[in-house]
Amino acid sequence: MSLITASNALTFAAAFGAVAALSACASHPKPPEPAAVASTPSYTPSPPPVDNRPPLREAAMAPTGPEPGSVQDFVISAGDRVYFDYDQYAVRPDGRTALDKQAAWLERYPQVGVRIEGNCDERGTREYNFALGARRADSIKAYLIDRGVSPGRITTISYGKERPLDEGGSEDAMAKNRNGHTALTSGAGS
Amino acid sequence: MRSVAFAVLVLLSIALGVALPARAAVEINVNRGVIQPLPIAIAPMTGADPRAQGIGGDVSRVIAADLERSGFFRPLSPDSFIQRDLNIDDTPRFGDWKTINAQALVNGRATIEPDGRLRVDFRLWDTFGEKQVLGLQFTSTGEDWRRIAHKIADAVYKAMTGEDGYFDTRIVFVAESGPRKSKVKRLAIMDQDGANPSYLTEGSYLVLSPRFSPNGHQITYMALRADSARVYILDLETNRQESLGAFQGMVFSPRFSPDGLRVAFSVDRNGNTDVYTMDLRSRAVTRVTTDAAIDTSPSFSPDGRQLVFNSDRGGSPQLYVMNLDGSGVHRISFGQGRYTTPVWGPKGDFIAFTRQQGGEFHIGVMKPDGSDERTLTTSYLDESPAWAPNGRVLIFSREAGHGSAPRLYTVDVSGQNLRPAPYNLPATDPTWSPLLK
Repeated sequence: MSLITASNALTFAAAFGAVAALSACASHPKPPEPAAVASTPSYTPSPPPVDNRPPLREAAMAPTGPEPGSVQDFVISAGDRVYFDYDQYAVRPDGRTALDKQAAWLERYPQVGVRIEGNCDERGTREYNFALGARRADSIKAYLIDRGVSPGRITTISYGKERPLDEGGSEDAMAKNRNGHTALTSGAGS
Repeated sequence: MRSVAFAVLVLLSIALGVALPARAAVEINVNRGVIQPLPIAIAPMTGADPRAQGIGGDVSRVIAADLERSGFFRPLSPDSFIQRDLNIDDTPRFGDWKTINAQALVNGRATIEPDGRLRVDFRLWDTFGEKQVLGLQFTSTGEDWRRIAHKIADAVYKAMTGEDGYFDTRIVFVAESGPRKSKVKRLAIMDQDGANPSYLTEGSYLVLSPRFSPNGHQITYMALRADSARVYILDLETNRQESLGAFQGMVFSPRFSPDGLRVAFSVDRNGNTDVYTMDLRSRAVTRVTTDAAIDTSPSFSPDGRQLVFNSDRGGSPQLYVMNLDGSGVHRISFGQGRYTTPVWGPKGDFIAFTRQQGGEFHIGVMKPDGSDERTLTTSYLDESPAWAPNGRVLIFSREAGHGSAPRLYTVDVSGQNLRPAPYNLPATDPTWSPLLK
């Protein structure tokens, strides 16, 4: 069974004998598959297998203590996440403290580029949460710029509610999932 | 004696509240139990040879399953049938069918033509009115027998309810797998009754919010990667996909216009999300909202002249309607809670939405002017409603509790007939095709 059944001719006759062609689309030959879309002609009625997909975020682990200027050094000495109140995007006082440390660290390592990722808890609908996560990422970006980080070093993205930090359902878990994550994307030692 | 078709119409009217104008505007699960499904006999199609007879029996089972799922019909067990010698060329013995209280009867014959094509002749009878309601014939390639069954079910549904059918359709959705923290999300497609499921993307990036084009040939959807959010259009016939183009910032929540010539979507720029439209022929982009608030989830009215969208410009997410040029913005949601994901129904009579209140999520509908709001469902997390092409049935995703895998459900626009969709694996973001041609 092909993935997309080309509309086979299906004729329709109003009352017996009378023939009125409803539609007769020609069969379409199946085109070569573009690399971006892998077609799965047959279906296995079991849960889809987990792909060997690279994780959305990578944090390289140093074999020993954190090397200065590394991702691990950043996470340990500056902290890579700040948290937000429900449906809010203003940086809280504890977030300002954390971002001050991030800005100071980034000042020491001016070759490092960052991506701010806005995240939301699951108690919202998908599209609204993308917009809310984008606001959170931008709040963090604006704060870092205000603390002297060059705008050209910062990109932003929202993952909405698609990448929860904590899989739990408690309010504590939800609070963790409302965050902005600062990922080092270039220039950091491993 | 009142005709069967008339009886069903009356029940539909009651379900929609048409016959009860004095009822309150907001209700939960209005009139549950009022609709008494119509007892209908769907006889196994006869066939001149064992193969035709086998296919005929399969066709009858698919018709019965379609009609049963609609909530308006109760197919009787063939074991209860008295007349076993039905012939498409003869009038049935109405008394035999009245005895078992079959108010309607479908019978027919499957024939495999010399060229291999399958022909199904069928008749729909009003057993108490003792007259034929429909007599039709469908022909297709043999492998398309399920579509013949769906077309017959659509014809019966329309004859009995007065509303267009929705059985010869497909549903595209996001099939989910993997742990919650790092879900794999793939586009998948299946027939409306769950048959023929298959994947459309391989899962190396997240796919979200697929929506059918009005002709059913294309899907627009959002692809989320670590460093980008883009909108694509996937052609289901050629399997080709193309990006809507490069934008500065995230692009998401796409939806086709009713004429298929535009896509509305939202773009985030520096933390401000606004609604845009693109003319697919010229690729010209028009910014529709300029407000500093979140403006997202645009959905066209069936005449293509207005958009309903989601905005928090009033302090919390609510539903607004505006003209296509951004003029005439007015809020339409005024109930309790947060309103998101508006979807204009294909008949234009209702807008479906998600409402969040008191720790629960609801799917609801309201008229485009905000009146006659109705809550249809309630759970830990219901979202992403999508309309069947007849504007009568909604499909949506539900997480029954935290940690429960999301599943697809369907519900009648009256709030009745809530049931799991025929796909029992984790799934979100459904979209319903138009009737296939």
